[in-house]
Amino acid sequence: MFKYFPHTNKDIEEMLSKIGVASLEELFAEIPAHIKTNKDFDLPSAKSEQEIRKHMQDLSNRNEEYTSFLGAGSYDVYTPSIIGALTSRQEFLTSYTPYQPEISQGTLTYIFEFQSMICELTGMDVSNASVYDGATATAEAMFMAIAATKRNKVLVSSAVNPRVIAVLRTYAKYRDIEIELIETESFYTSKTDLVNKLNHEVAAVIVQNPNFFGTIEEFSEFEELIHNNKSLYIMNVDPSTLSVLKTPREYGADIACGDGQTLGIPYNFGGPYVGFMATTEKYLRRMPGRICGMTNDVDGKRGFVLTLQAREQHIRREKANSNICSNQSLMALHTVIYMAVMGKQGLIDVAKMAYNNAHYLEEKLLATKKFEKVDKQVFFKEFVLKSKVDLEKLNEYLLEKGFLSGLDLKQVDPKFKDLVMFCATEVRTKNEIDEFVRLVEVF
Amino acid sequence: MSKILENLKYAASHEWVRVEDGFAYIGITDYAQDSLGSIVYIEVGEVGDEVAQGEEFGAVESVKAASDLLSPVSGEIVEVNENVLDNTEDVNGDPYGSWLIKVKMSDESELDNLLDPKQYEESLD
Amino acid sequence: MYDKLIFEISKPGRIGYSLPKEKVGNYEIDSKLTRKASLDMPEVTEFDVVRHYTNVSQKNYGVDQGFYPLGSCTMKYNPKINDEVVNNSKFTNIHPLQNVASTQGSLEVYYETSRMLAELTGLHEFSFNPYAGAQGEAVGIMIMKQYHINRGDLKRTKVIVPDSAHGTNPATVSVCGMEVIQVDSTEDGIVDVEKLKPLLNDEVAGIMLTNPNTLGIFERDICKISEMVHEAGGLLYYDGANLNALLGLYRPGDMGFDIMHINLHKTFSTPHGGGGPGSGPVGVTKELAHLLPNPRVLKEGNMYHLSYSNDSIGSISGFYGNFLVVLRAYTYLLTLGKENVKNVANFAVLNANYIKESLKDDYILPIKGLCKHEVVFDGLVNKNATTLDVAKRLLDYGYHPPTIYFPLIFHQSMMIEPTEVESKETLDDFIDVMKKIAKEAEENPEILKEAPHHTVVRRLDEVKAAKSPKVKYKDIL
Repeated sequence: MFKYFPHTNKDIEEMLSKIGVASLEELFAEIPAHIKTNKDFDLPSAKSEQEIRKHMQDLSNRNEEYTSFLGAGSYDVYTPSIIGALTSRQEFLTSYTPYQPEISQGTLTYIFEFQSMICELTGMDVSNASVYDGATATAEAMFMAIAATKRNKVLVSSAVNPRVIAVLRTYAKYRDIEIELIETESFYTSKTDLVNKLNHEVAAVIVQNPNFFGTIEEFSEFEELIHNNKSLYIMNVDPSTLSVLKTPREYGADIACGDGQTLGIPYNFGGPYVGFMATTEKYLRRMPGRICGMTNDVDGKRGFVLTLQAREQHIRREKANSNICSNQSLMALHTVIYMAVMGKQGLIDVAKMAYNNAHYLEEKLLATKKFEKVDKQVFFKEFVLKSKVDLEKLNEYLLEKGFLSGLDLKQVDPKFKDLVMFCATEVRTKNEIDEFVRLVEVF
Repeated sequence: MSKILENLKYAASHEWVRVEDGFAYIGITDYAQDSLGSIVYIEVGEVGDEVAQGEEFGAVESVKAASDLLSPVSGEIVEVNENVLDNTEDVNGDPYGSWLIKVKMSDESELDNLLDPKQYEESLD
Repeated sequence: MYDKLIFEISKPGRIGYSLPKEKVGNYEIDSKLTRKASLDMPEVTEFDVVRHYTNVSQKNYGVDQGFYPLGSCTMKYNPKINDEVVNNSKFTNIHPLQNVASTQGSLEVYYETSRMLAELTGLHEFSFNPYAGAQGEAVGIMIMKQYHINRGDLKRTKVIVPDSAHGTNPATVSVCGMEVIQVDSTEDGIVDVEKLKPLLNDEVAGIMLTNPNTLGIFERDICKISEMVHEAGGLLYYDGANLNALLGLYRPGDMGFDIMHINLHKTFSTPHGGGGPGSGPVGVTKELAHLLPNPRVLKEGNMYHLSYSNDSIGSISGFYGNFLVVLRAYTYLLTLGKENVKNVANFAVLNANYIKESLKDDYILPIKGLCKHEVVFDGLVNKNATTLDVAKRLLDYGYHPPTIYFPLIFHQSMMIEPTEVESKETLDDFIDVMKKIAKEAEENPEILKEAPHHTVVRRLDEVKAAKSPKVKYKDIL
């Protein structure tokens, strides 16, 4: 007997009888006997719930939580309490993809709202229902551009998150797409280098804003240069900054993509997060993934359905734009609730708070004289400093004191020796920042 | 029973051709529109684009399916039927009266590679 | 029924949040860099948000509340202990780039789950980087492609896929820059070995199969197929969507598969979440392990670490996949234990065959004989209504319909997968309703054709939605 299996011996007997076989083994009679596994599995014995609790407690105790000044693609954000309460509702958590719209209006409603909010933040005309994460969203944007232009090369700024670039490279490799990096100067994407590299082979230019190093880029003339070349302008963005920063639409981008982790999703050791993609009317039908649209039922009532599904893999099969089958629905809901409850003013306040905390942190760190500014970097919530002390030792020391310090940039590129990238979000308090700085001072 | 017109040539991929003074008017057959269901979107090349026999010149989408449009002849697109592109349901209602593109043929002998009405009808079985 | 969008309950001046007061001072942002467009986001109270989404949820249907016989989706119970385990800041408040000494707990979850899945499938190592089944497939085909490239064999650009395959299979092959070759099935619904022979040559990278296949039939020639493909120099890829039919009894590795993906949100009970987040781990034989996506989780002595290698196909995710989903699956495996894992397939297959026997008089059974964990019907025997009509009528009885119009081989396909967690009573109730609907189709087919009648919205105009798409709030203002 096992708590997830309802079949009593009587049930089994009756059902076997109805089927017309004598035993459960007979149900597998057509399978060649020699492939049946009689292995005594090297698996743990079934644990009771209490044993599971103890086991997971022990396991989780082998992780350490820190007060974090590390960003680099995953950020310590405030998660409002109502999110967990709402996303754990069984109607949201345990339901399937909304292929039967009549009983999935719940899911379809929040997906419509997600699409609306992403369009509002990015300034774009259409958004899909979400994709796996920011990196794969960028790869999908790359595919859109390749298909739309029928060209085979993309230019990617070296100021894009290296982990995103790694994913782009993998997908490009298996589709014989060429990737070339645009150089950076002082943590800004070089316009000169862009101009040098733009040509008729280029399907798209991919940039990030704020970029990986935290810089808020101006990208002046990028729009004209890219569009004159008949390429697509793809911008990977942090959506939490868009309440305050110039939008991809205002920059003239064709596709906005990125990760919604900063919209209230915890670190989660890297996942689940949620990717988003938004574009202009022109490229609507090239967008991969699910899209929810509004319509009416036979009685004239408003309702929502998955639409433009003909593009999706399950109908076009090998002609599909991509092979995405699912979105990250529940994580999209997570961010929708976040954006709704923070609302117009909250989204602005949170962004400003992160901005202020980061600038205060930079000021204080520079005042210790253990760091100096590298170049004139205009940043949002992450910034690069040059360390005058042994960075590895400093970071180890701070770790021992319970602080996760900034990213040692030589991990990204050996030429960034002694450079460190700090981050402060809205979650950091003045006390935490002051204490962190004090420890740096006494190191 | 799929409707098939006598004065047209057909491609096995369910496009029809009507020839008039060296120009080819191209559309999709009754069988095609019936299989697709209500057509919601049609995309074709632009005036000036080159097309080749058997090669893709656009796509047609319904709620449940999407299909490439393959050109039955080679040549240059000289006109696109904007009216039908805006009213895609016309293709369902009157497939043979709703041409999609008009092509100036580069090689009229290619028409011999196509199916005549009887051959097309047989191919549907 | 509640019919609002969050924007429609918004009122200027309302707020729903609280933040600590600023203490660090105010720093200016250069106005060249700031947003000029309006920001039309909701202005609602916290309670408004709670009430709104609570009401919105009522228009959904979860497996917690009722039967979900969706073929190939394995809608089994999502244990709540799994949710409790995940709700721990020592798992959620961990930055992926922390030093590995401080993430040994999470790394162990990855390592041990990989080991347990390897045991159950007969393969060697799993990567949890893929976010879902479709991405797992892409990784699998990339590994297949890279394997041949590494051997210096650049001719192998084709992948064989059966005509019954799920749509992601051919799409995946294209996404990886390869060509699809289709192989036909026999009348019995399995891959036709005779038709496969001539397709195998030195241009074939491998074959993608699911077993049992999408018709719920076990590919009994699998050993022969495996031999043939390997002899021709190709690899075998297993689409794990139907793993629930075999779990604990048969192992894909033993059948000759070299690469596979699993859907944790199917076989391993993690919640579907309305369409994600899922997880599509990829498993390989020892010979292919070096090709797995970056990073792998390896163990040296007592310590786990993340390993990045140039041998790998590369990275396919920003970090390490959906960790919290894997954590749930890990907990499920511990709950199941070695004792119970063997009965998953037994009861899943028992349930499916029971439904098959009970409904075969009212619904056309195109493939006779025993099925595995799912059964495919080809519409009503009386043919007075379509499978779509039956599905919509089921909604009136409070059921989520089965999978419809897949597999494509049958024109009125209806695929039912009951999973091992459903009781005989649940199945009997479902069978009664299906029989009732069949009778209704005979006596009064209109009631099916106009169904559903009792749901919050009735049949929706999908043509209108596709013709003039309205995909955001401002489109409908």
